[in-house]
Amino acid sequence: MSAALALGDDALVLSHRLGEWAGHAPVLEEDVALANIALDLLGQARVLLSLVGDEDELAYLREERAFRNLQLVEQPNGDFAHTIARQLYFSVYQHLLYERLAAGGGEFADLAAKAVKEVAYHRDHAEQWVLRLGDGTAESHQRMQAGLEALWRFTGEMFQPVEGLDDTGSGLDRQELERTWLAAVTGTVERATLTLPTGPRAGAWAAGAGRQGLHTEPFGRMLAEMQHLHRSHPGASW
Amino acid sequence: MAAVTADQKTQSTSGTAKATGTVAGTAGDPADAARLAAFDAAVAADDRIEPRDWMPEAYRATLVRQMAQHAHSEIIGMQPEANWITRAPSLRRKAILMAKVQDEAGHGLYLYSAAETLGTSREELLDKLHAGRQRYSSIFNYPTLTWADVGAIGWLVDGAAITNQVPLCRCSYGPYARAMVRICKEESFHQRQGYELLLALSRGTEAQHAMAQDAVDRWWWPSLMMFGPPDDASSHSEQSMAWKIKRHSNDELRQRFVDICVPQAEALGLTLPDSDIRWNEERGQHDFGAIDWTEFQEVLKGNGPCNEQRITQRRKAHEEGAWVRDAAAAYAAKHTTPPVQQTQHAQQAPHVEETA
Repeated sequence: MSAALALGDDALVLSHRLGEWAGHAPVLEEDVALANIALDLLGQARVLLSLVGDEDELAYLREERAFRNLQLVEQPNGDFAHTIARQLYFSVYQHLLYERLAAGGGEFADLAAKAVKEVAYHRDHAEQWVLRLGDGTAESHQRMQAGLEALWRFTGEMFQPVEGLDDTGSGLDRQELERTWLAAVTGTVERATLTLPTGPRAGAWAAGAGRQGLHTEPFGRMLAEMQHLHRSHPGASW
Repeated sequence: MAAVTADQKTQSTSGTAKATGTVAGTAGDPADAARLAAFDAAVAADDRIEPRDWMPEAYRATLVRQMAQHAHSEIIGMQPEANWITRAPSLRRKAILMAKVQDEAGHGLYLYSAAETLGTSREELLDKLHAGRQRYSSIFNYPTLTWADVGAIGWLVDGAAITNQVPLCRCSYGPYARAMVRICKEESFHQRQGYELLLALSRGTEAQHAMAQDAVDRWWWPSLMMFGPPDDASSHSEQSMAWKIKRHSNDELRQRFVDICVPQAEALGLTLPDSDIRWNEERGQHDFGAIDWTEFQEVLKGNGPCNEQRITQRRKAHEEGAWVRDAAAAYAAKHTTPPVQQTQHAQQAPHVEETA
């Protein structure tokens, strides 16, 4: 069950971050696109969390230490390039993961098969923007490179085994997943005339920290905002 | 087609649908007189005016102004609701709200596209919005202070917008009328969702009920103001009605809205903040109290609670996004070879087509 929680929390938290962009995007088309991606992810989160329990109890009444999302997805939006770097890293990973889960025939196969179509679009959106920002102007190139660098250290966690996912019949091979991810991201980054970051790929704690409920500081504030109203009216329905 | 520069500051009131025409003026050119006669005949016959048709400059200018104002209202209108996305109290409500704000961006896009058929551009219109030379609906200068405001906006603000906009589906200008057909479908859906949100609160805990009532108390009068000034003070309406851009007067639409809302409020178990509302047997309509037009004028002048905040956020998003738009343009310039050059390239070095 913790696998559904891990995947559900990834989608929930990234959806929330993308929701913060509403009305702030560089062009109207991006207001539409980012909201669209956020909605897809929220839809996935609701299905996954419902496998575990009540979606609202899980979203609104757990504290920071009980969330199992990757540290990558909780990172603040930063500028548009930071948001796109986060989207590139995560959506390539999620696309490859869901493709494998869909093919693996395990517990998440049906869900992954549905979500993979959405995620393919998210991935394309991120890759197209990495190309435009990387190979756009000097400023956008520099900002895109900075975004890739800043978030690089959170990418290692994606390839740590998840209890209930890697140890069952999902047929998931994390090493193969990581190789494929790295090749795909490298390809996009190079086409965008950017440089793949070289630093360590571990979070503030160690790879796997978010999955153990060890998060970064901005996450607590995000949850405070997300949960405030729900927690202010115990037992109410909305 | 001549570029339209409808720069004059409008006295128009509600960007959501209100029209204020300038008086049609045509010079003494006999060819123009013939074209004007054809135009008038087309309008009289309820034909649609299309982008390539001749139209009086004042008709064009009025439409650009009204459609721009309408588009601006959609995108400024994202702000008061987006204000609650990150705090929505359930995942279902959060999804509904995100979808709604996304729809509003989409409506903005339709309307800018429709306005562009009149010879202006989205960039030009946005520049005017940011410079304060074009307006958006006064309603969006009110703050969303509680979650219930999201419901009140759906029920009352979208309800008023729909009352205004449904007649626009028959507007004489084809592209605008067609945009409105699509927009009204989605707006009706949002309005029902807002109503349903308020109903859940009204039937919820005491605190939730109080939250819903407070929101209705704060949004009722501003919603009535969305229909614009009273008919005797709305000097430009006559021309817009003659051109069939507008189909009903401000007061007619406002009355229609009140008549719709009274039973809905009862069904919601909420009261409207107007002790003068009562059924008038003789008129077959509801009487209602006097609107505070001073407040309305103040909001229009920029002195509403959120005028400054709304336009500042809008400008900030635009300015902070400039480098992204520049990047997209630079990338497109690098990777899109003009057709003629492409042929030359193909002849010289076919292998450079990697970016096609």
